[in-house]
Amino acid sequence: MTMAKKSTAFEYAPAPESRSIVDIKPSYGLFIDGEFVDGRGKSFKTISPSTEEVLAEIAEGDAADVDLAVKAARRAYTRVWSKMSGAERGKYLFRIARIIQERAREFAVLESIDNGKPIKETRDVDVPTVAAHFFYYAGWADKLGYAGYGEDPQPLGVAGQVIPWNFPLLMLAWKIAPALACGNTVVLKPAETTPLTALLFAEVCQQADLPPGVVNILTGAGETGRAIVSHPDVNKVAFTGSTDVGRAIAKAVAGSDKRVTLELGGKAANIVYDDAPVDQAVEGIVNGIFFNQGHVCCAGSRLLVQESIAEEVLAKLKRRMKTLRVGDPLDKNTDIGAINSAEQLAKIRELSEIGEAEGAERWAPKCDLPSTGFWFPPTIFTGVSQAHRIAREEIFGPVLSVLTFRTPKEAVEKANNTPFGLSAGIWTEKGSLILWTASQLRAGVVWSNTFNRFDPASPFGGYKESGYGREGGRHGLEAYLR
Amino acid sequence: MSARLDVKKTYKLYIGGDFPRSESGRSYVVNDAKGRFLANASQASRKDARDAVRAARTAFPGWSGKTAYNRGQVVYRIAEVLESRRDQFEAELRSSEGVTAAKARDFVSAAIDRLVFYAGWADKIAQVTGGANPVAGPYFNHSAPEPSGVVAVVAPKGPLLGLVSVVAPVITTGNTCVVIASEPHPLTSITLAEVMATSDLPGGVVNVLTGSVAEIAPWLASHLDVNGLDLTGVTDADLARTLEESAAENLKRVRRPGLEDLLAAPPLDRMTKFLETKTVWHPMGL
Amino acid sequence: MNSTASSLAEATASDAALRRFLHGLPGVDQVGAEQRAAALGTRSIKTTAKAFAIDLAIRMVDLTTLEGSDTPGKVRTLAAKAMRPDPTDATCPPTAAVCVYPDMVATAKKALKGSGVNVAAVATAFPSGRAALDIKLADTTDAVEAGADEIDMVIDRGAFLAGRYLDVYEEIVAVREASKKAHLKVIFETGELQTYDNVRRASWLAMMAGAHFIKTSTGKVQPAATLPVTLIMLEAVRDFRELTGQQVGVKPAGGIRHSKDAIKYLVMVNEIAGEDWLDPHWFRFGASTLLNDLLMQRSKLKTGAYSGPDYVTLD
Repeated sequence: MTMAKKSTAFEYAPAPESRSIVDIKPSYGLFIDGEFVDGRGKSFKTISPSTEEVLAEIAEGDAADVDLAVKAARRAYTRVWSKMSGAERGKYLFRIARIIQERAREFAVLESIDNGKPIKETRDVDVPTVAAHFFYYAGWADKLGYAGYGEDPQPLGVAGQVIPWNFPLLMLAWKIAPALACGNTVVLKPAETTPLTALLFAEVCQQADLPPGVVNILTGAGETGRAIVSHPDVNKVAFTGSTDVGRAIAKAVAGSDKRVTLELGGKAANIVYDDAPVDQAVEGIVNGIFFNQGHVCCAGSRLLVQESIAEEVLAKLKRRMKTLRVGDPLDKNTDIGAINSAEQLAKIRELSEIGEAEGAERWAPKCDLPSTGFWFPPTIFTGVSQAHRIAREEIFGPVLSVLTFRTPKEAVEKANNTPFGLSAGIWTEKGSLILWTASQLRAGVVWSNTFNRFDPASPFGGYKESGYGREGGRHGLEAYLR
Repeated sequence: MSARLDVKKTYKLYIGGDFPRSESGRSYVVNDAKGRFLANASQASRKDARDAVRAARTAFPGWSGKTAYNRGQVVYRIAEVLESRRDQFEAELRSSEGVTAAKARDFVSAAIDRLVFYAGWADKIAQVTGGANPVAGPYFNHSAPEPSGVVAVVAPKGPLLGLVSVVAPVITTGNTCVVIASEPHPLTSITLAEVMATSDLPGGVVNVLTGSVAEIAPWLASHLDVNGLDLTGVTDADLARTLEESAAENLKRVRRPGLEDLLAAPPLDRMTKFLETKTVWHPMGL
Repeated sequence: MNSTASSLAEATASDAALRRFLHGLPGVDQVGAEQRAAALGTRSIKTTAKAFAIDLAIRMVDLTTLEGSDTPGKVRTLAAKAMRPDPTDATCPPTAAVCVYPDMVATAKKALKGSGVNVAAVATAFPSGRAALDIKLADTTDAVEAGADEIDMVIDRGAFLAGRYLDVYEEIVAVREASKKAHLKVIFETGELQTYDNVRRASWLAMMAGAHFIKTSTGKVQPAATLPVTLIMLEAVRDFRELTGQQVGVKPAGGIRHSKDAIKYLVMVNEIAGEDWLDPHWFRFGASTLLNDLLMQRSKLKTGAYSGPDYVTLD
């Protein structure tokens, strides 16, 4: 058949989401006892990772600030929050859920600017899931006796919560919603590079008339986090972040009465069997590793593909990767945004270079990366073996290591051959193989014929060095009840 | 200058999202607590009941097929809209039932909070009543609740809190229903239907009939396309027994008469009575 | 390609071989496929890209009338609209074709003479396809002799669902032969095939039988064209060209009424099959009301004000 003359290419014109909806102040204080107060000490700058422009000056909470915040939280706990009926607590959380829905666009744009992730994701994933999470836990507040943790379960007290930069607002929701539903009050520290949506959330608490001190937001870096975790009047520590910091927290609270949950790193295997629905598997691989620039603790960073279809899958994967659009996070057609920080970019580059040096073959589609900001193209490494560092260490970026296997048992063996155990993926049209594989995997979340799905009703958390405790679902209540 | 004359509302039925008059063309007089005329309420016939069942059945696949999260949002929306019109409901309760202002406020608050309570149950009931079953073999085995289908409900007295207390648990889990409002005080139930009709609740999920329980209920109890029967509001023991017998013909799930203290926490069986449990087995193997 | 060609030839050697081949194609996961289609639907096509897409979409329309009440007069007005969709704007391109029943082909052909707009005829006992093969072939010949440039045939869905794949295959081969020089579009009626696995199998079956185009629907059965069904078909033509070097076109038909929807389809063509398919030679819309919406959007882009149905011609 003859090939007809080609049309002009279908170039998508820029479709930027307007920034005008957000009002970023030049500087921000700390949110303590229902009010914004000036920090007493140092401050730091938060920048846009896609342009490197300074967005705002942020107060750095010191030990005295932390003490004030914990005291406010304790007061609110004792005098108001723990005494309030579950139904009334629930109604506050419903209000928060609704205000987040009402201000969804503002949150989506602000998150995209501060974090560098595409507006498509903040708009369609982060913010709706945040609202859903508050809505879900709002409903638990007056039903705790049905949750299976005793007839009349009680809150713990003050929760100290430290969250990461990859899903700033979503991780805040995962921490605050169950804590409040169960009757606890919180002191939360957002990540140093992404404080803005947490500070906007403080405003939501004000609009919802949440009693002062129930939620306190302290910005800062590692020191601030350490002060919160080690404060003697904190009853519960919840942390999401790296395994190294998680380990340090577990040591720091050893011998105390503090309860701890940790949601840490991962190196998830995404297993593709030869009878997989191939086109959907390719989507799942792409979603698994390139969603949120690969800044996902449960990212499917190790592709384990059955040798008999490896060539076909890789060909389709590469073709698909060529259609990924990397660039301005606020452009509605952007699939992959900016790497969150210079530090993270350096780490991704370093591990990628090690991958090459160790003999793996590196491939990335051609893409024009902006000249300012932090960028890394979607990348895959083939010819990777279990011994390679890129098969073992969490890169936390858009970098996929591809390994092959011959039998289901080999797939499971390789998948489990890691100190991590957060998540895994399975792709096959055979139901019994899905369930067998899932039963063998040492991972807290197993996705079958899908990947990176999150729902407030579904518990999330890891095995082994990926941490302990679950967030989400009925199981997520346990961490905040006694 | 003469005083302005009120424009009075015609109280009709609520079927399939619309507000039709009874096909029979009948109505009955509803008086206020002091015996003064309030309005003519539609007096539903067996054909209205039939139409209502058809509307409920038509709405069932869509409503039960929504995500639990979505159903929860809709039920919560009913609470929001009810709260925004609480003055009207308080006034209606005071005039129709003769309760004090404080009592009326409590009833309206309790009705709103009850809706919020059930909104939260939508995506939790499965987590409380379902789960994994550790069978002794290489099988994945999992149970989850599913709605029974169309439920006919006889509401107790208390046109607001009473109706909400029996309807909300039934629809939250995905059933659709036909409810016979409190016979002597039906008007506020129709006003509540206006709230439901403007709260993103799909037409046909709740259908409200006003009229004689003794006349309509037997047709619903014997209707073969009705899956459940809630007799909460039936006060005549003989009628209740007859209805239950009739319901046995196609083995409807029946909740017997009897009303808990409406201001206390509701019993779980208001939901579970009209839920089926589905258990799925699947082998695990290579 | 020789070994590929021979393995495909082997696949059609018997009913059993064909079934093995079609059922050996990778499965389609419904949820994943629909999510992918929905995600592509969120692409934001603005300004210059939108103008490009709207003109391309107009050029891809098979302007269709398939009613029992069709008359020569109706067909002539449709032809006029196809040649000159916007009489007030000479820059507006014509549509790709006019699509009619076989008995209207001669009228359409005459009305379109010299315009470059093709005449497509639905043949083979459209829309049900429930007739004997010789009648379907006679129907096709009738349309071809009347001057049809394109034949839109329907497959025997009954045979397909009963697993008689070879019957379906042989019928397509026979109609292709009867179509002579006319291009053959093969309609699956995906609303009746129901599953995406079936759509993928039908796509391969038709391509192996020599279809120039694969087409979703007759427009007479709901659901007609959908984004996910078209996604599966675009994947099939992409994979078929990869394997055989032969390019096959895709035509979603029925239910596409708005420019916004048409643009979603073009995004999907662009990102699934690739830009080689972004041409009326390889992608068509079977539609009638879509054209006017495209014209109204076109005018909105030019004037900045929303247009209304009073400002486009109703033919």
